[in-house]
Amino acid sequence: MNAKAARKRPRKKLHWLVRPETIRRLWQWGLGVLAAVTLLDLVIAATPHFGVDGSFGFYAWYGLATCAAMIVVAKGLGYLLKRPDAYYGDDRE
Amino acid sequence: MIVSFPPALILILGAVAVPFLRHGPRAVWLLALPLVVLALVWTVPEGPVLTARYLDYELVLLQGTRLGRLFASIFAIMAFAGALFALNQRRLIELAAAQLYAGSAVGVAMAGDLVTVFVFWELMAVGSSLIIWSARSPSAYRASMRYIMVHVLGGVLLMAGIVAHVVDVGSIAFGPMQPKTLGTWLILVGFLVNAGAPPLSAWIPDAYPEASWSGTVFLSAFTTKAAVYVLIAGFAGAKILVFLGLYMVFYGIIYALLENDARRILAYSIVNQVGFMVTGVGIGTEMALNGSASHAFTHIIYKALLLMSAGSVLYMTGKRKCSDLGGLFQSMPVTTLCGIIGALAISSFPLTSGFVSKSMISEAAVDQHLGAVWFLLAAASAGVFLHAGIKFPWFVFFQRDSGLRPADPPWNMRWAMALFAFLCILIGVVPGPLYAILPFPVAFEPYTPAHVVNMLQLLLFAGLSFFLMLPMMERTLTISLDWDWFYRRLGNRLLAAAVDGVAKLRDWLEETAKGLLARFLALVVRYHGPDGVMAKSITAGDMVFWAIVVLAAYLFVYFI
Repeated sequence: MNAKAARKRPRKKLHWLVRPETIRRLWQWGLGVLAAVTLLDLVIAATPHFGVDGSFGFYAWYGLATCAAMIVVAKGLGYLLKRPDAYYGDDRE
Repeated sequence: MIVSFPPALILILGAVAVPFLRHGPRAVWLLALPLVVLALVWTVPEGPVLTARYLDYELVLLQGTRLGRLFASIFAIMAFAGALFALNQRRLIELAAAQLYAGSAVGVAMAGDLVTVFVFWELMAVGSSLIIWSARSPSAYRASMRYIMVHVLGGVLLMAGIVAHVVDVGSIAFGPMQPKTLGTWLILVGFLVNAGAPPLSAWIPDAYPEASWSGTVFLSAFTTKAAVYVLIAGFAGAKILVFLGLYMVFYGIIYALLENDARRILAYSIVNQVGFMVTGVGIGTEMALNGSASHAFTHIIYKALLLMSAGSVLYMTGKRKCSDLGGLFQSMPVTTLCGIIGALAISSFPLTSGFVSKSMISEAAVDQHLGAVWFLLAAASAGVFLHAGIKFPWFVFFQRDSGLRPADPPWNMRWAMALFAFLCILIGVVPGPLYAILPFPVAFEPYTPAHVVNMLQLLLFAGLSFFLMLPMMERTLTISLDWDWFYRRLGNRLLAAAVDGVAKLRDWLEETAKGLLARFLALVVRYHGPDGVMAKSITAGDMVFWAIVVLAAYLFVYFI
């Protein structure tokens, strides 16, 4: 997204952090770190409190799944609850 | 040295002088008083120190407890850093109000009886309302009015509860209670209003973001955390708090995910974080209470830090909506870095302060075999990273480039942020000193390899879900309906309808009365008007005729 928006304005030199190749590298490194952290489960003996939380990669999938669920729930509630900025009159700025 | 002068009064009385000082002395005054208070708090010995008789009751104006000193200390530290951040604030009333507000919070934390708690409690409401007011915008004024009404309601409930409780037990002492009688229930509800518990949570995201760039920093710290303090001191182990706390945790996440205003995102996340603390109070074990107390301590620091970074952006750009911001990391490196450190701390990343405090609440749920609570808290921890840990810095400092290139804020604001960023990391790396001043002995080791790896997995994969689902998080120029709809819209509409109904009834009555009167007058005119039968003149012939009729009738009656 950053890269696409920036490509339209070639006259400015891009900050190194938003260059497409940096973003690609960040994704690669990020996914690598995720894999490494998950694989650490093999080395470090977890002490399960409630059974399922001792299974391999529990915290990884639990974090991913619950966050996805929260985003979906928020999105769904948004259809019901979202109103234009000025819903309560000229209250907002 | 034993001081029997309430440290709270130093800030409260000191506030009076603030508007009369010139810039230089005022800065010294604002920065020195909180440090004096911080030092004095630690000279207050255990137990009641300053008492006074009032009517038939003994007021304990100053009392030393481990819990009270912990909270009074962080309130004083916050007053110092907040003042440092706010030195450029031209609205002197805000600076004075902030001192009054902080002093009153210290007063609550060191009060030994319910009446003294109540007096400082209400002073906090005065100070905080003045802070919102001093933003001097029409929207801030309206928000402050709603804020005052919620707090007046909370104050009335609290006062009623205290009266009922004193009638029940005959003492005004403030100690552990359970919500069993009318009095204790009302006290609990009064406390919960200030904690942002449902259904009155909306006053936090409604009022706090309306304050000035520096005002919101103060507001984030005192009211809700003083409420956490009184809940720990008064209602530890009240089971209902577990449910309320969990509701608050998810309420904060969901609403923050929907929100566009950067400072309102952080206000929702106050409710979310206080939810963790309230859950801990409900679990009620020593581990849980240590968790809640320490989390309140660390939360004040990182939430103030986050709001300082958002306040710096507002100060430099005049903007606070995510849809107007983005790409600021390029020109505001210090603010970005401090905001990220605050975001990592609120997310409980290892080596930050949130990691060493929040974990104790989850651990307490494990100890009590509260499986459902533990799973929900774990999901919520991931959700915190989602809504505050990534969403706030991403949309403000990164995302698409807004083209804005503001510089970092002035030196005092940078130093205030640097101080709190440093504390976030210091507490995370060296938790010992914080653990040493918690209310109960700490038997908890945060840095076990398993705990660190588990937390990293949870948070990093929460981050992955954020970036995978980024299109679903597109910012919109919207607000989200909340329980406050009932008093801002429905109540308003009902009032308008009632006013309209009364006006219509009045019109109908008037019309009906006018109609009846007109018909009556027509009747009068018909019989008594110029052409009316009663107004006709009578001829002499008619008179003679009727006289003869009467005489004839008389004769007839006489002879029979």
